[in-house]
Amino acid sequence: MKRAARYIIFYAALFGLWTLLAKLKIWPPYLFPTPWGVWEELYGGFKDHSYWIAIVVSMKRVLLGYLVSVVLGMILGLGISSNKFLEETMGGLLVSLQSLPSICWWPLALLWFGLSQNAILFVVIMGSLLSVTLAMEDGRKQMPKIFSQAGRNLGAKGFKLFWYVLLPASLPFIVSGLKQGWAFAWRSLITAEMLYMSLGLGQVLMMGRDLSNMSAVVAVMLLIVAIGYIIDGVVFKGMERHLQNKWGLTPAT
Amino acid sequence: MSSNAQAVPNRYPVPAGSRTPVRGAKLGPVSVGHPDRAPVTAVSKVGLSEICLSYKTQTGERLLALDNINLQVRAGEFVCIVGPSGCGKSTLLHLIAGLHHQTSGQVLVDGTPVDGPGTDRILIFQEHGLFPWLTVADNVEFGMKMKGVPKAERKESMRHYLRLVHLAKFENSYIHQLSGGMKQRVAIARALATEPDVLLMDEPFAALDAQTRDLLHDELERIWSETGRTIIFVTHNVREAVRLGDRVVLLTFRPGRVKSEFPVTLPRPRSLEDPEVALAAREVLDELREEINRSLEAEYQDGIKPKIEPGEES
Repeated sequence: MKRAARYIIFYAALFGLWTLLAKLKIWPPYLFPTPWGVWEELYGGFKDHSYWIAIVVSMKRVLLGYLVSVVLGMILGLGISSNKFLEETMGGLLVSLQSLPSICWWPLALLWFGLSQNAILFVVIMGSLLSVTLAMEDGRKQMPKIFSQAGRNLGAKGFKLFWYVLLPASLPFIVSGLKQGWAFAWRSLITAEMLYMSLGLGQVLMMGRDLSNMSAVVAVMLLIVAIGYIIDGVVFKGMERHLQNKWGLTPAT
Repeated sequence: MSSNAQAVPNRYPVPAGSRTPVRGAKLGPVSVGHPDRAPVTAVSKVGLSEICLSYKTQTGERLLALDNINLQVRAGEFVCIVGPSGCGKSTLLHLIAGLHHQTSGQVLVDGTPVDGPGTDRILIFQEHGLFPWLTVADNVEFGMKMKGVPKAERKESMRHYLRLVHLAKFENSYIHQLSGGMKQRVAIARALATEPDVLLMDEPFAALDAQTRDLLHDELERIWSETGRTIIFVTHNVREAVRLGDRVVLLTFRPGRVKSEFPVTLPRPRSLEDPEVALAAREVLDELREEINRSLEAEYQDGIKPKIEPGEES
């Protein structure tokens, strides 16, 4: 109750400040978008379906790219963590590669895949793959040894051992890495879409820029934040809660 | 059966009378001590021949953990292995389970050398090793699922074994909802449901309180007599070993060697409080004490003793 009140007070104050600054008209509206201008953009964008289409297109791209990253990242992470040579060589390379913003791959992606959907997918995958791989590698190491021993002892080996033992056993340790991977995928996607004109939220945002419609820019920014927040709050929070219930872990407060 | 198993006969037979618990049986004279070495022709279920295991410690020196272990275990026998901490008794179980490889020597099950894990030998860990992401029922069914047993059959078998350990009502619980004793009973049910010939128990009751442990001793003895499994039970508790085992094998402190073996012919069911059990345990303890002292000395001298982890790869 108290927490909800704090939230309401904080956001009301923030919104009030924004409204106040807009009302004072210190800057012209094309430099400083007003709340009512942004609201109109949002309303209009959803009404003529252009935002819906942009959201669906962007979500499709990010989900596909993220899915590929998760599958590849888990296999890579597991492979690296179970081989000392790979761990020493690849492990270090991956950590240093993580400091590279994935959009740096864009010029190469354009050459390899052309100005197409695949180039965007490539950038999204490069953005989240490393996080997932490193998380899986780390999760495999943190995972108590007894699970894989018990699994092998009960007759699990090869893919069955991975699917029924190693993967579920490492989930609590990789869930934060999966979450980070998601955030990177989402950011990479929007960046790539801003450079590649073909539907999607990033393109809608750039269209606002081209038309000098800062209200539209802010409206799309709000959408991007909202979607990221919803996925985090619904999908990942749900997953964490589910794991906590099963494993009997106390939620970190 | 290979000739290998017969070449090393079981020299320390279990007296025939001790197999089935008889309630209210008259306690015979305490008979524990060094066995008479009469050879018996029975083929052993588990045979350890000349097992040696050495490790490289973190400081780089080679450490001999197990030295020339020879042990024959008959089918249906309940053997307890005792020794001071650091004698490699848990490691020995991991070797039999195939989770770990000896440096030299052979582990034979029914005369066939062990090469990797197999569901004919199931290990029960001190820390139970149950899967927290699965319900009790799914844990018990796990081994059968890996074998590809059909679902209906799995369910039936799972219920049977949960009833055997008195946990029928808990099949839908998650592991963290159970007490320590209940977890260990689930682990026993999970192991039995995989239908192993040999149960390997690695200090399974060490972390439990005394009452729970007593109860589980009774249950284990009952389950053993009902299912006829071969059990190799590792413990540092000599009384527990004498209370449960047909035979107690004493290992020396680093490197682990078989120091002596004591057949226990006390009638079953036994209790930890039986004076006969205490008396027999005293005899084992007298020999063990020397090894414990050595282990303590090593601990004080070294400061930090090189820990032997059964899970470490050599």
